[in-house]
Amino acid sequence: MAEPLLEVKDLKVSFRTEDGVVRAVDGVSFTVDQGEVLGIVGESGSGKSVTMMSVLRLINDPNMRVEGEVIYKGRDLMKLHKDEMQEVRGDEIAMIFQDPMTSLNPVYRVGDQIVEAIVTHQAFDKPAGKKRAVELLRQVGIPHAEARVDDFPHQFSGGMRQRAMIAMALANNPDILIADEPTTALDVTIQAQIIELIDKLKDDFNSAVVLITHDLGVVAEIANEIIVMYAGRVVERAPKRQLFYDPQMPYTWGLLGSIPRLDRPKQERLHSIKGMPPSLINLPEGCKFRPRCPHAFDKCMEEPELVNRVEEHGHLDRCWLSVADKRRLRGETITGEEAA
Amino acid sequence: MFARPSAPPAGCSGIEGVRVNHRNGGDPLVEVRSVKKYFPIRKGLLQREVARVHAVDDVTFSVREGETLGLVGESGCGKSTLGRTIVRLLEPTAGSVLFQGRDISKLGRRELRPLRREMQIVFQDPYASLNPRKRVGSIIGNPLKIHGIGDSKSRHKQVQELLETVGLSPEHYNRFPHEFSGGQRQRIGVARALALHPKLIVADEPVSALDVSIQSQMLNLLDDLQNEFQLTYIFIAHDLGVVRHVSDRIAVMYLGKLVELSPAEELYQRPIMPYTEALLSAVPIPDPDLSAKRERIVLEGDVPSPINPPSGCRFHPRCRYMTDICKEVEPPLVDYGKGHLAACHHPLNVDKATLERATVSQRYTPETADEGAKPQEPGKEEARPIPRRR
Repeated sequence: MAEPLLEVKDLKVSFRTEDGVVRAVDGVSFTVDQGEVLGIVGESGSGKSVTMMSVLRLINDPNMRVEGEVIYKGRDLMKLHKDEMQEVRGDEIAMIFQDPMTSLNPVYRVGDQIVEAIVTHQAFDKPAGKKRAVELLRQVGIPHAEARVDDFPHQFSGGMRQRAMIAMALANNPDILIADEPTTALDVTIQAQIIELIDKLKDDFNSAVVLITHDLGVVAEIANEIIVMYAGRVVERAPKRQLFYDPQMPYTWGLLGSIPRLDRPKQERLHSIKGMPPSLINLPEGCKFRPRCPHAFDKCMEEPELVNRVEEHGHLDRCWLSVADKRRLRGETITGEEAA
Repeated sequence: MFARPSAPPAGCSGIEGVRVNHRNGGDPLVEVRSVKKYFPIRKGLLQREVARVHAVDDVTFSVREGETLGLVGESGCGKSTLGRTIVRLLEPTAGSVLFQGRDISKLGRRELRPLRREMQIVFQDPYASLNPRKRVGSIIGNPLKIHGIGDSKSRHKQVQELLETVGLSPEHYNRFPHEFSGGQRQRIGVARALALHPKLIVADEPVSALDVSIQSQMLNLLDDLQNEFQLTYIFIAHDLGVVRHVSDRIAVMYLGKLVELSPAEELYQRPIMPYTEALLSAVPIPDPDLSAKRERIVLEGDVPSPINPPSGCRFHPRCRYMTDICKEVEPPLVDYGKGHLAACHHPLNVDKATLERATVSQRYTPETADEGAKPQEPGKEEARPIPRRR
């Protein structure tokens, strides 16, 4: 296999607060390969956004402490000088955020914001940059791009703003595009358009994509590999089909079971995971999911390592249950589903 | 349940304690008749009306007692505006809203007051809908206080019971909203809506802001509450998976119009209107193989503005089956049987026999305006010819 494009090694991000130390990311490791789409799935507080924002060193908090390595093209991004990091950010690794209204500057024209991204990293002057911006807007499907390029963000709809953000992110042909909940704030038909767009553009621009979302439906569509995060850790990692058809973590079963499915007969009651995500200041002992896990047993007081327990290579999880037990127990949780 | 001090309003069934089998539904609790809600856009020194937002544009349907009606559509379709008009947070521009047989469209504040106990609303944003400077006990108890129910002590007890009912700890009575998570705040909103034991709850996107595992807790809770308190729900959402799970019937809106109305399962098996078909196809399925196999209809373009809606069928610019008639003539709501109505010149999933039997829905034909409502728009009274299959 070729060298991974990005390798995150044991990343830890914590914040000192009045109430204690918040361990937002607590030892996360993964790789991103050329041309792949990595889905990072998790709910609020799982650490998924902080992980990727830390990769790009976008968080500037004096109370923050970061440990671990992020290797990109042979260099540890954590050790770069901030000017060097500035060159990587936006040019080689780009990011789009969840709510396009708050991520686009409302007092600058959309075109100017894209041009800024272009001229910062490439040897274009403003007029040439503007031409490129129009072209990019066209590529992301904005109609009448030559006219719309001079609009302000509030003149764009939600879907269009997200497209403009994607145009900005792809302006410099990055190797990796990080998309943080790109469709969450959008209507379902626009969401479908944006997913289709990201899928197509990754081929056109030959970029790898890291897609952060809580929506398992979205990753089912375009991801190759999926990471499930909980309480600042990776709790399961697998190629897409394996995650959906042979999930190993009770948390993953819970997520899959909580989704009302259009393709199945209506259920009487939705499965739900009891309780709430743990406090990141006072994490429970042992397995972090233990307090909410219907299958917890005494061994769970010791935190499991993220290792390969199933036959298939490349499928890692953090659960002490035997593979046979897992396959037996999960059917009840993922209502009606049979092991593939 | 505590006894209500006043008699139910005249003209309604209002029999206390009748157990309705909520899945089958009873009499209409709410009737929406040709309701329109326009918002003027004013410009200039004299604040002249230069345009209007046609947020809700002639919608008719009813909600049976004990059922859950899902109201689905995308941004700008008017579903939230309609929800608020039904509970009279807004006054309809035209048409009427009937609650338990009584026209509430034009009632003044004083007359509405007792009705507010019967209809309540849960809002979408659990962060914006709770006053951050009030304690939770006060937020939930406020409706009781306003309606003069009980004394301070009995209210306190009731609030604690409500907290328990929604799965929160009664000890949290004195906490502030910011001390709770999004899901918990949403539960507080539900507790507040339940405080007066209403008959109707309009839930405006109650789970959209929640994580998926919290969402399912909330949906199960709403289901339990419906059984326990014999509630009727109007459930507004854009997530079709969620809507299907909770609804008995579903109304699909597009740009202010009701374009399809059907029993829930029927809608998912046999959508008639192409917009519904596209909506269903846009929902991501957490199953990679199934997702890869199915045909995804991705609509082009954005939802047009409700200020200047397209002519004829409002969906025509984005519809893959569009023909000339769609641009010119607005399709009427046609009854295709089994309670399934749709407005389309080229209905999908309808066989020849059903097509022949179909009639223009009685419910659509706008009745003459109720007293007090503004005049209807011209040109809509004639019965339309039955749509022909292409």
